[in-house]
Amino acid sequence: MDRGDALLVLADGTTFEGEAMGAPADVATGEVVFNTVLSGYQEVITDPSYAGQVIAFTYPHIGNYGISEADSESARPFCRGVVVRELARRPSNWRSTVDLDTWLVAHGVPGITGIDTRRLTRHIREAGSMPCAFGTADEATLKAAAAAERGTDGIDLVAGVTTPARYTTGDGPLRVVAYDFGIKTSILRQLGEIATVDVVPASTPAQELLTQRVDGVFLSNGPGDPAAVTYAVTNIAMLLGQVPVFGICLGHQLLATALGAETYKLPFGHHGGNHPVQRLRDGAVEITSQNHNYAVVQGSLASADVTHVNLNDGVVEGLRCRDVPAFSVQYHPEAGPGPHDARYLFEEFRQLMSRAQAH
Amino acid sequence: MPKRTDIHSILLIGSGPIIIGQASEFDYSGTQACRVLRDEGYRVILVNSNPATIMTDPEFADRTYVEPLDPDVVAAIIERERPDALLPTLGGQTALNLAVTLAERGVLDRFGVELIGASIDAIHTAENRERFKGAMTEIGLAVPASGFAYQLDEALKVGHEVGYPVIVRPSFIMGGRGTGIAADEEELGRLAATGLSASPISEILIEKSIAGWKEYELEVMRDNADNCVVVCSIENLDPMGVHTGDSITVAPAQTLSDVEYQRMRDAAFACIRRIGVDTGGSNIQFAVDPATGELVVIEMNPRVSRSSALASKATGFPIAKIAARLAVGYTLDEIPNDITRMTPASFEPTIDYVVTKVPRWAFEKFAGTSGVLTTRMQSVGEAMAIGRTFPESLQKGLRSLEHGRWGLNCDPAEAVLDAVSDDDLVRQAGVATPDRPFQLEAALRRGISVERLHQATGVDPWFLDQISLITAERSRLTTIGFQGVARRDWRRAKRLGFADAQLAWLWGVPEADVRAARLAAGVRATFKTVDTCGAEFDANTPYHYSTYEDEDEARGGQRRTVVILGSGPNRIGQGIEFDYCCVHASFALRAAGYDTVMVNCNPETVSTDYDTSDRLYFEPLTYEDVMNVLDVEKEQLLGVIVSLGGQTPLKLAGRIPPELVLGTPPAAIDEAEDRERWNALCHRLGIPQPDGGTAADLETALSITSRIGYPALVRPSYVLGGRAMEIVYDGEGLARAMAELAGFGTLGREGGLSAERPVLIDRFLEDAIEVDVDALRDATGEVLIGAVMEHVEEAGVHSGDSACVIPPPTLTAATIGVIEDHTRAIAEALGVLGLLNVQFAVQQGSVYVIEANPRASRTVPFVAKATGVPLAKVAARVMVGATLAELRAEGVLKPPAPGAHVSVKEAVLPFNRFPDVDTLLGPEMRSTGEVMGIDATFGLAFAKSQTAAGDRLPEHGTVFLSLADRDKAGGLVAARRFVDMGFALAATEGTARYLRDNGVPVAEVVDKVGEPSNGHRRTAVDLIGNGEIDLVVNTPRGRGPRADGGYIRLAAGVHNVPCLTTAAAALAAAGGIADWARHGLSVRSLQEYHDAGQQTLRL
Ligand SMILES: Nc1ncnc2c1ncn2[C@@H]1O[C@H](COP(=O)(O)OP(=O)(O)O)[C@@H](O)[C@H]1O
Ligand SMILES: Nc1ncnc2c1ncn2[C@@H]1O[C@H](COP(=O)(O)OP(=O)(O)O)[C@@H](O)[C@H]1O
Ligand SMILES: [Mg+2]
Ligand SMILES: [Mg+2]
Repeated sequence: MDRGDALLVLADGTTFEGEAMGAPADVATGEVVFNTVLSGYQEVITDPSYAGQVIAFTYPHIGNYGISEADSESARPFCRGVVVRELARRPSNWRSTVDLDTWLVAHGVPGITGIDTRRLTRHIREAGSMPCAFGTADEATLKAAAAAERGTDGIDLVAGVTTPARYTTGDGPLRVVAYDFGIKTSILRQLGEIATVDVVPASTPAQELLTQRVDGVFLSNGPGDPAAVTYAVTNIAMLLGQVPVFGICLGHQLLATALGAETYKLPFGHHGGNHPVQRLRDGAVEITSQNHNYAVVQGSLASADVTHVNLNDGVVEGLRCRDVPAFSVQYHPEAGPGPHDARYLFEEFRQLMSRAQAH
Repeated sequence: MPKRTDIHSILLIGSGPIIIGQASEFDYSGTQACRVLRDEGYRVILVNSNPATIMTDPEFADRTYVEPLDPDVVAAIIERERPDALLPTLGGQTALNLAVTLAERGVLDRFGVELIGASIDAIHTAENRERFKGAMTEIGLAVPASGFAYQLDEALKVGHEVGYPVIVRPSFIMGGRGTGIAADEEELGRLAATGLSASPISEILIEKSIAGWKEYELEVMRDNADNCVVVCSIENLDPMGVHTGDSITVAPAQTLSDVEYQRMRDAAFACIRRIGVDTGGSNIQFAVDPATGELVVIEMNPRVSRSSALASKATGFPIAKIAARLAVGYTLDEIPNDITRMTPASFEPTIDYVVTKVPRWAFEKFAGTSGVLTTRMQSVGEAMAIGRTFPESLQKGLRSLEHGRWGLNCDPAEAVLDAVSDDDLVRQAGVATPDRPFQLEAALRRGISVERLHQATGVDPWFLDQISLITAERSRLTTIGFQGVARRDWRRAKRLGFADAQLAWLWGVPEADVRAARLAAGVRATFKTVDTCGAEFDANTPYHYSTYEDEDEARGGQRRTVVILGSGPNRIGQGIEFDYCCVHASFALRAAGYDTVMVNCNPETVSTDYDTSDRLYFEPLTYEDVMNVLDVEKEQLLGVIVSLGGQTPLKLAGRIPPELVLGTPPAAIDEAEDRERWNALCHRLGIPQPDGGTAADLETALSITSRIGYPALVRPSYVLGGRAMEIVYDGEGLARAMAELAGFGTLGREGGLSAERPVLIDRFLEDAIEVDVDALRDATGEVLIGAVMEHVEEAGVHSGDSACVIPPPTLTAATIGVIEDHTRAIAEALGVLGLLNVQFAVQQGSVYVIEANPRASRTVPFVAKATGVPLAKVAARVMVGATLAELRAEGVLKPPAPGAHVSVKEAVLPFNRFPDVDTLLGPEMRSTGEVMGIDATFGLAFAKSQTAAGDRLPEHGTVFLSLADRDKAGGLVAARRFVDMGFALAATEGTARYLRDNGVPVAEVVDKVGEPSNGHRRTAVDLIGNGEIDLVVNTPRGRGPRADGGYIRLAAGVHNVPCLTTAAAALAAAGGIADWARHGLSVRSLQEYHDAGQQTLRL
């Protein structure tokens, strides 16, 4: 497994020693973010929302239980790389079919192991998530590459992950159209239980959707900066009031933008499975799965109520429109990976659609 | 919801003496609860019979009752204090059971006491295995199939239904007699037979065995708004079949995918909600079939537990503290996270390191035990280690045990496995024992496959592969050699947890050279922080562990800093008493304006609570690990305290730079420990010692005994807890003892002691009264006598195993004077700075000194509770230069005030865990814990101490006596008193004749067990079995557990009949029962006793 020394270099010049893993790479680049989950590396790596990013895991042992195809959140990983402290040599789990390293190679995802990921995390926590480069190339080359890497701001990463063509999944009674901005399989599984889901490309015009029966529109999660996905905002604006709408993560940010809210970039985002979110309705606390760098500006919204807030830092975690049937959450109620505390939101979407059907 | 204002006073029940399965973790939880509840403004009333605990310090509660944890006693306390609420979930099983009894007896209703934390119904549903299984099935969670059986055929029927293999668990029995796993009908038949006879209600639970499945625990918290969080997941390295308390356990879970983990999390929440634990922490155990992922629930503990203490230390999330707040009405989101301060407690900690807990056993002290690990816990303590990876934390954990191992093999002790054949090695590893991890590594080193070892042991392949990383690195390092190691190699080795000592052994070079070369290569320990959040937020709590990374987060302090070395894992002879001393030192020094730094590796303790000291380093107590800490702290370092943590830090004293050792200088410590020099010192001071000498061979030994005569006491030098000590009555016995000592197996393990050292042979002082003294000397030479303690059992019973009394009930003022003078002289001669413990034996009025230890002793906390003098606090201040006079002026030191009361400390022994071991007391210490009884007279205090120890003395009925000749005279006096009080007597032939000859009536004479009956007499065992005996007095006769006495004591143990093994104890008991009959029960708090004491002084 010893595939030689490698370096990780951040845009600000900070350097880390490690060893190469995954797909061979002299130079790989991307925006480095840290994720604090203890389990669920496979779901994280296959979450399309990580497009353009290099994922550093804070938990040292990664790969322990291998890879189980059923747990992937998309057909292939879109992230630019994986940074770990200790890649498992021999996985052990009854469901596992292949080890993480082999799987990364197969999917062309480079990685680096042996890194002091806690130092990296503390650095990102202070300096913010930033571009990085890693690989077996020499330090100077990597420094240059890191400096040249653009990161995610202002870039439309959705175009790169959305489905090229419309497809249908699920067998629930209702009919839902899901905008694929980088949709996770866990979401489709949840939606599929309440509806038959037509998954459409991110750029599909609103008019096209409303030509046939639609009980609700779902706005999926996805990578990067909401401000860069203007076409989606226009479509959502047209749909509001016509059909019930439910958004998650990027979908939440796009809905908010369509309603006139502003978004901003968090210093290092929320990437983990342990964030406490309070449901303002009754004060209940949900432990949530999170993965986002951008967020909705508190109080920038006239026409919607904040329904959920993050107890760690007060970030807006949920919205409900006052005059139209639409709501959204910043976190991931579908989990995958993470706690199931917020699965009830899919049921609320079902009820919202049923009520709309009633009149 | 904010905190409740409708309750004002809360009764907290502790867990009593340290026993196997209930150790310091409940002092930790109780202490946290006391602090929190008082901060919240509640009046806290605490009851706990264990004087060695920190929670029972008068300053931790408004009223502190060191009284027996007995329903009548606690009822009396409730009647006296009228608390509004009772919090039973922080004192282990003991507190929980006691609360249930009080509720069922209507005591709580009568005095309007509300049970908070858990309802009676919840407790019942969780604790009653049948109800629990029912409840789980109801909510769709699987449990192992099982059924109860009352007869053999029934048992076989159940066995057939649930399917083999099955595990058999007799109901209401202690120590797991008749517990076991049966592979088929025949084995079940055998097991069931013993099981049914073992169970007093002849009931056994037969459960489908899932031994070999993966075992997990989740620590869950719930608040009154139904918010639930998982604090920590724990995976057992040893699969199902080995009690979690005896397993190496690892946090977080390592081999569960998120899908499986979330399923377990959902199940845990369903479980806690169904059981109905309204607020607080619970521990839920699961098993997972490694082949199919099938999940079953094993059990739930609706209270904080050993595992929750571990989880708290592993994550930095203080479960007990938060449970206490939840119990008084707060919700999780209303409680701030201590460590980040910015974020709330309503979250799930995430960690960026691996925690490994390794148990410590004491099988070597219990002849006749197999040493095999089963479903019943047998370990007496545990060590926890934190590393960035599992291999690192495992090796740190193993060297934390102080069992003479330096890590996972790669040390001298690994040699024992060399001779074993491959097949035998695999076979041995297949049976869970304390040696398993070492066998696994050795097997992997021989190239035995992970698959084969997984098959043989059920240990998950991931763990085995991680261990093989250690093995691989070892062979790499061997080939590279000491000369060849480069920075990269050092880094790899240290990251896998290799200690310098292991590498030194591997390369055959001095440890110092290894350390020097490594530092020269620029590879030094870096310290990371335990922060509950994987560094996502800034941490305010300096709770550190060492590892080998780029960044070091530890910073020394701004103020003069004192490093306190803790006592490591609990073991027999060294337990919570020493944690008490270290914690007190930390409190006292912080109060005096010093920065305190704690170094310890015992997760159960208060000392490893992150807010006990200014900085906590969770590290093994080895030279290397301690030096790493001293390096970080060197800027402000004033010195290191080595004399409060028992033998563990004392052993390091010699290697730490002498100028850094605070208190009694290492040289003086050595003078007291080294036999020759110690004798010389006593001789110089004219203090009599028992005659004796040192011998390396039998001839010398015999020549010594021919001089000093028999009986003689034989023992290896430099041992704590009377390890391997033996009384010999003749040359034959001496020869046997010498032979045993020559080939000493286990001793070598105990922290570098070895058989090469000569054997000590002393004249054994018969019928001598043993006396313990705890004293303190300051730099000016003033000596403070903390207390003189008279033992109840005669010398020959280890001081740690015998009851002792303050003030001395029988010693004359003159004798006490002599003892105090000797103590002063020794303190002066050794130049003690701080604490000194001296043991004496008084034979026919003349005083002999047995030993002196210039360090904190086991009895320091007991003395503090009895007299109100905070010896450990004072000692700590004295060690950094304060004088007793200054401390008096400051008010830290009040004059010793014995007051009018009598205090008795009684030892608690773990015999119920080791059914096959004889309960005789001897010079080898075997008690795990202690209790204290305080009352107006010696008798009452002694009676209380017996009740507290679980041997409540009878008020009437029949006393059975069987006395060795040398005990007959003493026994006679006791027998008379029993008869005067209206007890009937039964006795064995000889004893009966002696008593009758002296005019004491004996109602029934019994036969010796196993001897041909003359006539149709019954045996003592029959009587005890029939419940006709209320108290057994049996003093040793002959050797070996299978002597008649052995059977009698065994029967007493099985049927829970109090059993006294010395005439002295019998006499004390008689006195106790008499006083009890006269005065009846009265309870009083320590605060009251201490105030009264100070009053009497002022008059
Ligand atoms: N059905 C079973 N088959 C095999 N081992 C078991 C089974 N049930 C329990 N055990 C083992 O026995 C140990 C103790 O059982 P548990 O129910 O936890 O009792 P305790 O109250 O002593 O913790 C467990 O840690 C587990 O290793
Ligand atoms: N010469 C002696 N005569 C009688 N009993 C002795 C003698 N020496 C030691 N003992 C008994 O053995 C016990 C253990 O001896 P000690 O020297 O205290 O060893 P340790 O260091 O383990 O405490 C003592 O508590 C005492 O009861
Ligand atoms: Mg258990
Ligand atoms: Mg002693």
